[in-house]
Amino acid sequence: MPTKVIALTGNQAAAEAMRQINFDVAAVYPISPQTELMGFFAEYVANGEVNTDMVAVEGEHSAMAACIGAAAAGARVITASAGPGIAYMVENLYIASGMRLPIVLIDVNRALSAPLSIHCDHGDSMLTRDSSWISLFSENAQEAYHNLIMSVKIAEKAMFPVIVNYDGYIVSHSIENVEILDDETVRNFVGPSDIHRIPYPLLDVSKPVTYGATAQPDYYTECKYQQHVDFLKVYDIVKEVSQEFEAISGKYYGFIEEYMTDDAEYIGISMGSSFGTLKDAVNALRSQGRKVGAIKIRLYRPFPVKDLATALENAKGVVVFDRADSFDGIGGPLFKDVAAAIFHNKNRPYLHNFIYGLGGREINEEEFIRALDRLERLEKGVETRENLVEYLQARA
Amino acid sequence: MYELKKWFEIPIGSIVPETGSSMMNNTGSWRMLRPVLNTEKCTNCLICWIFCPDDSIPVNKEQRFETDFYYCKGCGICAVECPYDALEMVPEMEIKLKELE
Repeated sequence: MPTKVIALTGNQAAAEAMRQINFDVAAVYPISPQTELMGFFAEYVANGEVNTDMVAVEGEHSAMAACIGAAAAGARVITASAGPGIAYMVENLYIASGMRLPIVLIDVNRALSAPLSIHCDHGDSMLTRDSSWISLFSENAQEAYHNLIMSVKIAEKAMFPVIVNYDGYIVSHSIENVEILDDETVRNFVGPSDIHRIPYPLLDVSKPVTYGATAQPDYYTECKYQQHVDFLKVYDIVKEVSQEFEAISGKYYGFIEEYMTDDAEYIGISMGSSFGTLKDAVNALRSQGRKVGAIKIRLYRPFPVKDLATALENAKGVVVFDRADSFDGIGGPLFKDVAAAIFHNKNRPYLHNFIYGLGGREINEEEFIRALDRLERLEKGVETRENLVEYLQARA
Repeated sequence: MYELKKWFEIPIGSIVPETGSSMMNNTGSWRMLRPVLNTEKCTNCLICWIFCPDDSIPVNKEQRFETDFYYCKGCGICAVECPYDALEMVPEMEIKLKELE
């Protein structure tokens, strides 16, 4: 159970989790808004509070390469990046998951250039959505702290790498009250780091193995199919670890979080820090007697298809809020995921998509209310639309 | 020669846990040129065996035998190194066409 409540920023909370986990290797390259996080952690390393080897590399591509090498050797590895840094890492992200290495990557979500923006959106994380990394989104510093502790265990049970997302600046640099578990509880939860946590550690010199061999056309498909089948087992593993985490923290995290959806006719769906604002919008509309609800996606990959299909069974209309655009004539990435998830529902709700919060644009209650209003009017045929996707906040 | 593994038989992460696994691959499948041996010219000096980067030339103490085409990639090093001009690199296509005739 939580032993203390401290005022921390998201980056401080994540650094605290990293200190408590006390992992083996951190290969990192600085980029805003992640720089501060690794700065805090570097202090722990310098002060001898952790046993972590911190490797300063020449770029994010190398950072992930060093993490892959260390993880293959059997080390417990955590790294972090943001925005363009994630983009630069992408090639190696596929290698990490293909080699089934339990690496944890913190993505302090940042927009992609151009134009250059250091502020938050989810464009960077969407680059990783097909990479076979497990992806968790955190609403606030508390969830970032909790997700990070859980991610180590999820990664090692699933033998897949995990990305823990939290919104740049909005979460990473804002101070809030965070319940901190005591060090021993966290260390017992993640367990000791031993090279035999993984089936083929490179440092086990008595059993030499080859990582990263070529697969010709007669093998590549089978390798990918095995990865495909195993990735579907991640649902059960995330659930299992979340239940184990509930036992030490008193807090259970589902794949999705539902807010007032039981009798809701119109439901908004978002990820990350905006969910609090979306709940405020729901409260405001509920006080007017409107039947609205909200859903937050916590587990983004693998996508919570069944939970979402069930949660949206009785909705008349659903509006998906994407903090990234796909520029494809269909809609944002999350919109397409939600549309696919409810495809087999008997009573499919009316679907609409809004792009919001790009490059750190603040989102407020009134804007979410406007979006939910538009959804209801579209569904009732009072208003019409030219596209499935619209920008919520573009000045016209 | 070797049976292909099923998807659930492949070690996690496509890791290769045993040595000499390339023995299982038909590495000669993409050969363009075939080293054709002229046994009259060959003196069994075994220089080709020393230079073959793929261990595709079966030998014993006295002589070399026909190249193992399951593995030979047709790199042509043996033909270049042979001091007696006993190896000629012939396009596989020519050999295949002749076989068809």
